[in-house]
Amino acid sequence: MKILVPVKRVVDYNVKIRVKADGTGVETASVKFSMNPFDEIAVEEAVRLKEAGKATEVVVVSLGPSAAQETLRTALAMGADRAILVQTDAEVQPLAVAKVLKALVDKEQPRIVLLGKQAIDDDCNQTGQMLAALLGWPQGTFASKVAVGDDALTVTREIDGGLETIELTLPAVVTADLRLNEPRYASLPNIMKAKKKPFETLTPGSLGVDVTPRLTTLKVVEPPRRKAGVKVADVAALVDKLKNDARVI
Amino acid sequence: MTSSNGAILVLADHDNATLKPATLNAVAAASRIGSDIHVLVAGKGARAVADTAAEVAGVTRVLLADAAEYEHRLPEPVAALVISLVPAYGHVLAAATSEGKNVMPRVAALLDVAQISDITGIVSADTFERPVYAGNAIATVQSRDPVKIITVRATAFEAAAATGGAAAVESVAAAGGGGLSKLLGQELTKSERPELTQARVVVSGGRGMQSGENFTLLEALADKLGAAVGASRAAVDAGFVPNDYQVGQTGKIVAPELYIAVGISGAIQHLAGMKDSKVIVAINKDEEAPIFQVADYGLVADLFKAVPELVAAL
Repeated sequence: MKILVPVKRVVDYNVKIRVKADGTGVETASVKFSMNPFDEIAVEEAVRLKEAGKATEVVVVSLGPSAAQETLRTALAMGADRAILVQTDAEVQPLAVAKVLKALVDKEQPRIVLLGKQAIDDDCNQTGQMLAALLGWPQGTFASKVAVGDDALTVTREIDGGLETIELTLPAVVTADLRLNEPRYASLPNIMKAKKKPFETLTPGSLGVDVTPRLTTLKVVEPPRRKAGVKVADVAALVDKLKNDARVI
Repeated sequence: MTSSNGAILVLADHDNATLKPATLNAVAAASRIGSDIHVLVAGKGARAVADTAAEVAGVTRVLLADAAEYEHRLPEPVAALVISLVPAYGHVLAAATSEGKNVMPRVAALLDVAQISDITGIVSADTFERPVYAGNAIATVQSRDPVKIITVRATAFEAAAATGGAAAVESVAAAGGGGLSKLLGQELTKSERPELTQARVVVSGGRGMQSGENFTLLEALADKLGAAVGASRAAVDAGFVPNDYQVGQTGKIVAPELYIAVGISGAIQHLAGMKDSKVIVAINKDEEAPIFQVADYGLVADLFKAVPELVAAL
């Protein structure tokens, strides 16, 4: 069984982002980028399924600039077998990503597409659901546990009230939540090995997909800042502030 | 049904018995766009939910799709149902709950339109504000798609009144699309406390709590204040509390009157879920913890002493 794992190159989660003064976006020059943390979890899960003998091949794919090669190399170093970069410098929105992925699914015929539930840059939480819709496949979003059977997949999902377990017919799309696993660090030998793994570069055009954005970003601004608060000396002072100044208790 | 693209469809979040309060926030957002607001209740044996929705102020019509395939509101059949109704609507909204986030992108892709996720502001009928980068930037985006598919951040819109409306409830036909997935079971957290996203006061614990047992300290405080109990990702990852306690960028977004963060350092991802709270209190022994930068009242103290003292003082 082949698993396709889409990964996104994003501004690293530790970076305190800065909004550009002209309001066109956030500063990305000389900022650290890394793999979207949720996608890293998806790669880990796919590699574990392969190690457990449930999957035969893990193919990682990214849509983005040439620098996304590094993100794919990281996934290869974690244990993926092969990588595809669909290269574009254009802004790509989730619907366009889903269309590119659909074209790749048609070509690669995986039984499972496993990806992060959300990218930490645009916070859209859409791509997996959109891909499932375009393919006419079932979806298991926000997965904290995945069990693969012959014709079906059991997915435990993190929902607002707790957990829910669903069974999906295969093929299916699964989106990873935080508790699915803890991704490994790639070892140096594996990083070296990753350099020799198959790496293919395509373009959206070569897949026949129009990636023109549907949403226009008119401006990006900083959120209102909270006023700096005060330190209180002890519990009594805190209770006094809450009762008499803030009047919330 | 008349075809008027001014009408707005709001997908109800419910459990077949009760309407989830976040739906009222989605209705409130809809009322900022237009005045003909229809609520879709897809469920099984969900007539009571439809009746509740019919009383919500501003709702002009309730569509009830009552069929076995909607019992667990699996995304494949629910998306197919929404698609069958869409020709009559210019906007389809749902609260950005785990259900809304699950089904709405599926709807959008089937319609070949973009989704606008987690909106916090409405500029006009086609232009919306939404947080990006864990709320560290706010983007204003414009959609030129013929129908706008939107999820709504509940805390950004004051809930519509639960009463005052008198909408008619109409049945709509099921639309297929089932059979690809089925529910095997649910483990829902049972609590007598208010729901996290609706509570007036939230008491949250982080890694500093050290164990799940120590959350009893916070529960005692929560009971005094009529508060919900939440947690940081670190506390959930460590297994102290279940996943549905998580407040943050990818967990629950809360904006209570009072948020008390206990033993929480204040990672960007956590702040994203609570920084719109009206009053924030932080109790942490590390005076350098970033949580103090957003706290109105910071107490540098050992939580194991301070929390019992606070409980005693209330």
